[in-house]
Formats: sequence, structure tokens, C-alpha cells
Amino acid sequence: MSAVDGSAKLEIRGATKTYEAKTGPVHALHDFSLEVTAGELVCILGPSGCGKTTLLWSMAGLHALTRGEILLDGTAITGPRPGEIGMMFQDANLLPWRNLRKNIEFPFEIKRRPVDKARIEMLLREVGLDGFENAYPRELSGGMQQRASIVRALAPDPGVMLMDEPFGALDAFTRDEMNLLLMRLWSETSKTIVFVTHNISEAIFLADRVVVMTPRPGRLARIFDIELPRPRTVDMTFTSEFIELIQEIKHIVESGGRHTVEVE
Amino acid sequence: MSAVPPELRDEIPSFEDGQARHDHGPVDWTGLTSVRGAKSALEIGTVVAIAVCVFFGVEAILRLTDTPTYIFPKPTAVVRALTDDFWLQYGQHLWVTLQEFFVGFAIGSTIGLILAAVITQKPFVEKVVAPYIIILVVTPMLALVPFLRLSLIRGVSMWPIIAAVALASGPMVLINASTGFRRTDLAKIALARSYGASTFQVFRKVRFPLALPMIIVGYMVGAIFGLLTAIGGEMVSASEQGGLGHQLIYFSSLIRMENFGAVLLIIEALGLSIYFVFYFIGKRWASWET
Repeated sequence: MSAVDGSAKLEIRGATKTYEAKTGPVHALHDFSLEVTAGELVCILGPSGCGKTTLLWSMAGLHALTRGEILLDGTAITGPRPGEIGMMFQDANLLPWRNLRKNIEFPFEIKRRPVDKARIEMLLREVGLDGFENAYPRELSGGMQQRASIVRALAPDPGVMLMDEPFGALDAFTRDEMNLLLMRLWSETSKTIVFVTHNISEAIFLADRVVVMTPRPGRLARIFDIELPRPRTVDMTFTSEFIELIQEIKHIVESGGRHTVEVE
Repeated sequence: MSAVPPELRDEIPSFEDGQARHDHGPVDWTGLTSVRGAKSALEIGTVVAIAVCVFFGVEAILRLTDTPTYIFPKPTAVVRALTDDFWLQYGQHLWVTLQEFFVGFAIGSTIGLILAAVITQKPFVEKVVAPYIIILVVTPMLALVPFLRLSLIRGVSMWPIIAAVALASGPMVLINASTGFRRTDLAKIALARSYGASTFQVFRKVRFPLALPMIIVGYMVGAIFGLLTAIGGEMVSASEQGGLGHQLIYFSSLIRMENFGAVLLIIEALGLSIYFVFYFIGKRWASWET
């Protein structure tokens, strides 16, 4: 099941990025193309340093591409589009000098828009953080910080969520819990989500499609359609079907997409 | 349509070296604000008890050895001297020193803070300016007071000392605030940028708060250096309006050591007040860091 209505929300065309680093040019991303349909949850999977974050930052308008373009609703992304795109980062990335309420109100403050108190309250209740509004990030556990970060990203109600290994720093149990929460919020809000991760089972568990990238320079290796029924449960990750899929994707990741290794 | 934020354009998104790049620069004063102070009633009681012991211990030794006042004044005599004709002997001079200190520190710290925010925007500018800042930091500005009085700012007014205080405290604020502004946290800047923040908003809402703990350290060190310079400046240059430094020279030349001790006590109290003011400012505005 996926709430796809057929139109391309995001369109990546031949994205290529080379950084001019002090040690010489770093070729991070090479000729990467992908279409993401509205309401889809796509996971981009690849080894560390394969240009996943570069791709996501370009989609967020934080980076310019060396070649190629990215379209959101048909118009090229040339800079941040705050109303339309919400970004989540590695770690919760809360501002440590602000309490939870001020952190969540941060996007509204930047845009000088009135704070949508009702929506924030609803989201806080949804993720189980009501009553912690006055706490500072250091007083909260990693999972709670990450939930606050989700609320911050969802509060301005963007159509697209770009998530950069948001749960990478969490322990396995908290990660499962966060993945379930994310899927629940996604099914309720019908956002388009691009989720970057290097965790294969997390990618399969969450995604409608898993997009595998090659090591640097990042290229498209293969796209897997994930047919698991929704709503998904943690128990599904123990089925033989799920584990076979993990193995198949793992081979693609390890072979760098050049050829498919046959399992004997 | 908005443009790609300039500071992220060619940064490889890597957060491996932790939350923020903490660079304390050439001179690290952060220890000053992290001295562990007494907290519990027992700790505070012990601190007070030691002070009482030292006070009466010194008094007892001086009485037993029959030491004359001109060699070492008795603590009780110092306290008596302090209360005796306070305004004429100390009060008006304290007022002079305070004026020199506050005006000089306000000018120096403001210039230092603004310069720090400006020069750290461009690494090239910062590298070119850095050697001159070091020269300013290591120059004892109170040595300039006689020169300032004779040549640049003629006359016996407070202005030569105010200038020296500003010159002493400014570079201290500058060097520490620069360290603060040099901290870059790519992820937090990207966060603000992703919500459409302008360069000024990034400065005000990310860079400045991130730098604030170091700015407060700079203000504390700058204030202490400023006070030293004000008092030293009064000592090295006779002036009509006096000041606590002037009184130190005056009383020691008359061998009135109990009065000399009383002036020292007042200076001590001033220094401690500076420390506590910035300690509590740090606790209020920069406690998120620890």
C-alpha cells in the first residue's frame, strides 16, 4: 500500500556534485536520477561516504549541484524552500541553549510567522512529549530529543520531509520505536518522505522503495520495490522473506552495483 | 527564489568531529568560569571558617611577635582604618576608579566584541589581524598611561587611564569572542538555513548563542585586566583626581600601612564582585554548555 497519486513530487535529473576540498576535488555524487511520487516513502541506502547526505542537502537547497537539477513540484530547487521542505538531521540537532518549546518554535521564529500552538500541542501529544516543553535538550534522552526534532520538522507542515540518518545515533530498541512512530505519522499526514540511512533492515522496514547507491562517487545501483503490507510491525523483520531481502540488498551494496553476486 | 546559502556551498556535510568544533584559540581562559565554587552549607561554612582562622591567626602572630605596624599591619587595625573617615580617604577615590573602569571597559569591550564578530567572518582577515591582536594582548597598557598623559591626551583628566583600560580590556574580549565566533556547527547552520534563515538570522540565532559562553569568559578576563590597568595607571601617574591606585602610593609613602591594607581590601572586593557578576551571568546565559 502506498498513497501514490502518480505525479512526481521530486525529480532528480543527472545530479552530480564535486567538492573543491583542500586536498583536491572530491567526487561525491555522479549522474544520479530518481523520481519520487507524492506521498511516497523512499529510503536511500548506501555505505558511509557515498554521497547520500550530499544528495539530500542538494534536495534541501543547502548545496548547489555541479551538474544536473532537482525539481520540486516541477520547479528547480535553487535554495532552501522552507514552506515546502522539512529537514531532519543526523542526531536530533536541537539548539542546546533553547528549551523544547523554543526549539520547536524555531522555524516559525525564522520565518516570522505566528506559532501554530494547536498543531505543536497535537504533535507533542502524538509523540508523547507533552509536559516536557520547558525541558532543555541535555535533560532529555536521545529518543526524546529525536522525537522533539520530528515535532520541529512537522510543525510548519511541509509537504516533503528529508531525513538524514535521523535515528543513526539511537540504540536498536529506540530506533524501532522511532521507526514505528515515523510510519504512523507518515500514514496520518501523507507526507512525501526521503529517508537516508546505511541500515538495510531499517530501509526495508520503512520504505515503499529502497534506492541503493554505490560507494563514492555515489551512483544509482538499484531500486527495490518493497511489497511488505502496511501497517508494518517489528515482527515482520524476522520473517524469511524480510531476511532474504536484506541479503539481496547487502550483496548489491557490497558489489557496488557493478554486478549481482549469485548466492550459492 | 532564495539562493543556496554561501557558507554551506562547498562544505562536505560531515559531523564526525562531534557537535561543534571547539577551538579555544591561542589563549584559553575557559578555566576561569569553571572553577568549582562552594555549594553546600558545609563547604561555605568551611570557607568562612578558614577566612576567620587566617584573620585571627595573623592577628595573634603579629601580637605575639610584637611586629610594628609599618612592617605588617594587624588585621583589626586595617578594619579600623577602613571605617575611619571612609569617604574622604577611600570613597571618593573608589568613585574615581569606578568611573575610569566602567567607561574604559564599556568602550574597549564593545569595540572588541564588534571586531571579533567582523574579523571571524573571513579567515583571511582573521589570520592577518591575529599577530596584531597578540601584540595588543601582551602589551602592558598601564605602562602607556604616562605617555598618554604627556602626548596623546594632554592634561590630568581621567581620559588617559580610561584609554589604557579600554586598550587592556578590548583585546581580551576580542581574542575570546573570536574563539567563540570561530566555532562552527555546520548542522545547526544548515538547520537554520533550511528554514530560510538570512545570514544575519544565522548570526543572531546560531552563531552568537554558540559563541556566548566564550564571550562571557572574554568579558570576565577583560574586566579583570581593565581593573588592574585602572589601578596600575593611577599608581604610575600622579593625578589630581586620585583613585584607589593613587591612594596605595600615597599611604605607602606615608608608611600608613593600615590604610594601605584598607585600600587593598577595597580592591579585593572590586575584583571579587567582577568575578561573581560574570560568574552569575555565565550561569544564567551559558549554563547549557556544561
